[in-house]
Amino acid sequence: MTSLWPRIEPILATVQKPARYIGGEDGVRTPAHRADKVAWLLLYPDAYEIGLPNQGLQILYELLNEREDAVAERSYAPWVDMEAQMRARGLPLFSLETHRAAGAFDVLAFNLSAELIYTNVLNCIDLAGVPVRAAGRRSSDPLVIAGGHCTFNPEPLADFVDAFVIGDGEEAVGEISAVLAEWKRSGRASRHDALRALARIPGVYVPSLYEVTYDGPAVVAVTPLHPDVPAIVEKRTISDLGEWPYPRTQLVPLTEVVHDRLNVEIFRGCTRGCRFCQAGMITRPVRERPAAQVRQMVSDGLARTGYDEVTLTSLSSADYSHIDSVVGGIINDPMCNGQVSVSLPSLRVDAFTVGIASEIQKVRRTGLTFAPEGGTWRMRKVINKLITEDDLYGAVESAFSQGWRRIKLYFLIGLPTETSEDVLGIASLVAQCAAIGRSHVKGATVSASVGGFVPKAQTPFQWARQDTVGELRAKVSLLQDALGKTKGAQLKWHDPRATLAEGIASRGDRRIGAVIEDVWRAGGTFQEWSEHFSLDRWTAAMERHGLSPDWYVHRMRPSSEVLPWAHISAGLHHDFLWQDWQDALAEAVLEDCRWTPCYDCGACTGFGIEHVVASTLPPAGGSQGTGQDLGVPVSLSARPRPVLTGMGSRSGA
Amino acid sequence: MKVRFRFVKLGKIRWTGHRDVARMWERGLRRAQLPVVYTGGFTPRPKVSFGLALPTGHESVAEYLDVEFATADLDVVSLPARMSAALPAGLDVTAAVAIDGPIDSLQESVTSCEWELEAVGAPPDEVAALVERALSADSLVITRERKGVSVVDDVRPAILSVRVIGPPPCIAEGYVDHSPGAMVVAELAVHPRSLRPAELLTALSLPHSGGLREGHVRRTYQWIQRDGARREPLPLGATNAPHAEVRAS
Repeated sequence: MTSLWPRIEPILATVQKPARYIGGEDGVRTPAHRADKVAWLLLYPDAYEIGLPNQGLQILYELLNEREDAVAERSYAPWVDMEAQMRARGLPLFSLETHRAAGAFDVLAFNLSAELIYTNVLNCIDLAGVPVRAAGRRSSDPLVIAGGHCTFNPEPLADFVDAFVIGDGEEAVGEISAVLAEWKRSGRASRHDALRALARIPGVYVPSLYEVTYDGPAVVAVTPLHPDVPAIVEKRTISDLGEWPYPRTQLVPLTEVVHDRLNVEIFRGCTRGCRFCQAGMITRPVRERPAAQVRQMVSDGLARTGYDEVTLTSLSSADYSHIDSVVGGIINDPMCNGQVSVSLPSLRVDAFTVGIASEIQKVRRTGLTFAPEGGTWRMRKVINKLITEDDLYGAVESAFSQGWRRIKLYFLIGLPTETSEDVLGIASLVAQCAAIGRSHVKGATVSASVGGFVPKAQTPFQWARQDTVGELRAKVSLLQDALGKTKGAQLKWHDPRATLAEGIASRGDRRIGAVIEDVWRAGGTFQEWSEHFSLDRWTAAMERHGLSPDWYVHRMRPSSEVLPWAHISAGLHHDFLWQDWQDALAEAVLEDCRWTPCYDCGACTGFGIEHVVASTLPPAGGSQGTGQDLGVPVSLSARPRPVLTGMGSRSGA
Repeated sequence: MKVRFRFVKLGKIRWTGHRDVARMWERGLRRAQLPVVYTGGFTPRPKVSFGLALPTGHESVAEYLDVEFATADLDVVSLPARMSAALPAGLDVTAAVAIDGPIDSLQESVTSCEWELEAVGAPPDEVAALVERALSADSLVITRERKGVSVVDDVRPAILSVRVIGPPPCIAEGYVDHSPGAMVVAELAVHPRSLRPAELLTALSLPHSGGLREGHVRRTYQWIQRDGARREPLPLGATNAPHAEVRAS
């Protein structure tokens, strides 16, 4: 008997939110396992309600189940109460579709979207009954594969993961299935041979096939052990999102989850060039989904799911060409009956955006969120997030005058070159926004959400020094004092201790793996959840292994340093990133290359692909279009600006 | 027009909560493209009203729901099939009846529920003895939780009937639980404070509470007792979809 359900069900009455473990979502597949099919277990290593909506996992779930040579099921990290029951009864991690033991799958494939979930990855591998260290696995054990944004520095998990997929997974999962199907046909003889074959697939990184050499604390080189193993693993990029209209049947959960609505990805990639933003750097270039396809996916999706809300997802949705007409089309679709609301995440900060928002949120006009990130214009030039105060105040004025009562503002503290003045700039922006709010609405609130900045791999800030816990705390107190008596203003901040742990996991090398393992062994799962997080486990583990947070987190790294992720490429040239870092320090800004000439970051030219945008014109309104109407001179440092034929845009995509 | 539905909640879906089921209905009504009346205000919601909440983990073949539609000419006969197709596996509509004129809400009118439950921890004859003792008692005082607050109550008046009908069926293939148990049928009052099956078992186990555990539980009826007569929330002749129960299991 393959289903563990009869052993799972008696536990459910004793745990919180038992619906996390039952499956049965609308859109679920119950594939027939066969010896000649590669069985994938797709895992999101966080609680069900966080993991279920993940679109990346759902896309791969559908693609794999469409294949002749593969089947895919899903699993999520069991909550701590469930884990305790499972361990007490010797019950392994299981899939939600057929409640089959995780160890019975050929592949455990993890989605890595945040560094603090790394300890949950180890926990899931262990609960599957698989040795957590890749070196200890036998040929009968599943292969452990990982994808997602965090793989752009895979090294902290290098000892635990057999193979990483860097970049877009749509094409790679098929190629991996084909290789593993062949391996299964051959009787799964040698795990090493399977890994060697996987390493030949573009975008696949097999860490055990590389040797890392150190000089004291520094990484000297990461060298492939065999001639057929690539020295640099380049990310995968799908060139046309229109060819991948997935997920076609988004999963509709039976219980409450985050983002519980229809999600349609309208474009992938972002070239706004915010220097702190790893997502924007690693997903270039911009690839828009054709508008007709967006409309089709929305109307099919709403009819099928019964949702009354759709999110048009991307890294900056108001930048989609002709976003207003796409949104208008959805709102005025007679099928929608005037009951459907549309939401756009990651709104630009300007009145144009608020105009769209008021169009689409005719009902439920409760809160609106903007992310100026920096408190002063100087700070925002450093991070290349070019929002003027006029933009912000215009957007806030417009929002409160049109009936919104609550505005949320996102800021980062601990950004490179930040001074007390920049931090206090956050307070004065918030206070000014609150005053604007009160002039329109009694009881208007502006809440500022402040996170500590963690420099990320493959960004211009990858060389930057991260603030210490003490520095971040001092900045939070500055803000508390400055905003303490401001009417209508609220301040929330992220725990600076969690920021440090995230810093360790984000830019660590392979030696950090031992730290992650220690934190996990000490019971440190669900580190994204404040009630389960403890920095002590991290600092104790660092000390035990003779590793210093100062080295990994709190120092400026030189241009010459071999970064632990130097053998992984998002296409961005080292020289581009370094120049952009120097420009940041000089407060020089960089325009969006969708609408201005190419500056050759490497993401397009390196892979022979280009932007796919329906409009060559920047969006209307505000200073965040071309970057040329900023009211302050844009000073671009001297750098070669090659004009390449065929670059720029492709119309009618 | 207003329609009262009867539906079942069977199988794995019983591990979802009352609010989860409400969301499934809201989505289901939209999927079936039925013209539901929406509430006004900032957060419009379909005008639906549910009966008594079913505790998470319990099955039911007697759940009810009232929905207000924006049209008077719905084909009510087709509604059970349309809605069953639009709801997740395990939720199936077994009857739908148009309601003319004003009607008391389900919450106000239902007076008792009938349950079929598995009492785990003692064989049928011992459970029967406990039942007999409990029914002959003048009062059964237990402590129970309501919204995080402990309440001490005499629950004897809420026990309208209890009887043991035999040993429990084999719960699930492959699951071996060696604990003895008995299947119990009980009718429990809803007012002033609804008595739950687990609380009945606590009352039966007095004075040593905790002797009986709750196994599989299914709500089989909701009753409206009024003017000396007992009836269900749907009148006789309700459009029945007799196979729904079979499909869900």
